[in-house]
Amino acid sequence: MSAAAVQADRAPPESKVRRPWTAAETWGALMLIPYVLVFLAFVLYPVLYGFWLARHPSSYVALFGDPIFRRSVVNTLIFLVVAINVKMLLALLLSGFFLHERWWVRWLSVIFILPWAVPAIPTILSVRFMLNPEWGLINQLWFRWTFEDGPNWLNEPWLALTMAMAVHIWKSLPFWTLMMLTGRLAISADLYEAASVDGATKWHKFRYVTWPSLQTMYFTCTILSMIWTLGDFNSVYLLTGGGPADLTHVLATLGVRYLRLDQIDLSLATVVCAMPLVLPLVYIMMKRFSK
Amino acid sequence: MSAPRRPGWFLRGVATDAKLLLIGIPVFLWTILPIYHLFLFSISPKDQAMSGKLWPDHPTLNNFIIVFNERHHFLGNFWLQFWNSFFIAAMVGILTLVVATFAAFSISRLKTRFGGTVMNLALFTYFVPAAFLAVPMYRTMGIYGLLNTQWALILAMMTLAAPYAIWVLKQASDKLPRELDEAAVVDGATPMQLFRLVYLPLMAPSLVAVGVYALLLAWNEYLYAFLLLSRDTDVTLPVALGNFLAADDSPWELLMTTGLIYAIPPAVIYYVFKRYMTAGLTSGAVKS
Repeated sequence: MSAAAVQADRAPPESKVRRPWTAAETWGALMLIPYVLVFLAFVLYPVLYGFWLARHPSSYVALFGDPIFRRSVVNTLIFLVVAINVKMLLALLLSGFFLHERWWVRWLSVIFILPWAVPAIPTILSVRFMLNPEWGLINQLWFRWTFEDGPNWLNEPWLALTMAMAVHIWKSLPFWTLMMLTGRLAISADLYEAASVDGATKWHKFRYVTWPSLQTMYFTCTILSMIWTLGDFNSVYLLTGGGPADLTHVLATLGVRYLRLDQIDLSLATVVCAMPLVLPLVYIMMKRFSK
Repeated sequence: MSAPRRPGWFLRGVATDAKLLLIGIPVFLWTILPIYHLFLFSISPKDQAMSGKLWPDHPTLNNFIIVFNERHHFLGNFWLQFWNSFFIAAMVGILTLVVATFAAFSISRLKTRFGGTVMNLALFTYFVPAAFLAVPMYRTMGIYGLLNTQWALILAMMTLAAPYAIWVLKQASDKLPRELDEAAVVDGATPMQLFRLVYLPLMAPSLVAVGVYALLLAWNEYLYAFLLLSRDTDVTLPVALGNFLAADDSPWELLMTTGLIYAIPPAVIYYVFKRYMTAGLTSGAVKS
């Protein structure tokens, strides 16, 4: 179907006689078809169908009337503002740490990448058990040192959300630190030497050499991280399951919650409601990437 | 410390190292704690797993024996689920590689018309978070009659992996000199010969990176696997791990042991192919 469409477009409009395709054109079209088919069947059709199912205004009325939805929007925004800024700042600082040439820093950098290299499920579940209020490792140590009961980590909504953000940071910090490190390594050493000759302090070097070279990348990473964090399902769903009392949901987990309650229209309406957050960010990234 | 060594340079070196350790030790503890906890559970006997000790009195490999022999009703299909995870990851890796290499060659080398548009559509798919596509994808797979089959997951993961794969391969192949193609064409090579004999060998490192990327993405996926598969004999390991949570009497130490076994292959693959991954992926991921 798309082969025919491509062929029709390809015919020069001014002549009725079709010029035979060159081998390169034929193969080019043939080799592009598999992905185009994948895109049509598994991206375009689901998206259009999703919008079609989410077309009733009544779904949105129901959604906005649901306190869980309003809470998830707040949680999502907190997640975006707090978790991402903390994460990117830590990544920026730690990339400076990993520049130091010590044997043990090299070893640490190998270990440091582990959270990124291992799958999310086992480690998040591990944190979940660690934070169990009665027999979790953290509270047992807490009791042993302070003789008081530790906090109820995953049953206090705000504390649970903070823990979800901590898990998110734990998991993705290595990746962004690696990015920043790549960026720092690309800065010419001459600049730093010149700065040293001029008697620049460490802060001056960061302020006038490192930061100007890194800032574009820093902002690109921040936006990319925002998009990905909006879609972070695992950190919340596996740690808190949205609980207690559905107070720690974010938009990514709320859609799945409605799906499991068989409220498919609300589920898709949630996804549509996330689009005003997602699409502007995607637009910025598209512009930056297709430069 | 390349500066001339004034008196006291040694002490200052030690002071720098101490400052570095002040950062390094918390970073180490923060990184390792959840993973160590996973390991700790897996070597603890059932009655000691929750004692709050940092090292069990009698470490044991018994949990691994139970898991490997499927001696618990939660683990009845452990090896089958392990195979499912492997089969699906391998299929996603292979299919993504085929689809993405064809597309990248077509867009970058043959300059097919609308190639740029297809690239932009792919990039768009890459940026929109997968979690938001999950529910529509779930419904669509139902319409296609693929729901609860492993092909649903394979095709879905291929759809998610292909855009980035195409983009990385396109970036890499744009860097190959154009004279190569011209020389091959002058020698009378067909596009297919160009693809097989010139393009594929030169692209080998990027192909490894992309294949491993797709493989790991599929092996690690939880959300899509949990939505698209349901039968105990079809599901992948992460879904089986998630199912532990549903029950009140779950054997945590066995769950953690299974989790550790599940986490080791991707970690090993990651470290083995790290060279390719960082060269192929990070350079492409963020342009400054």
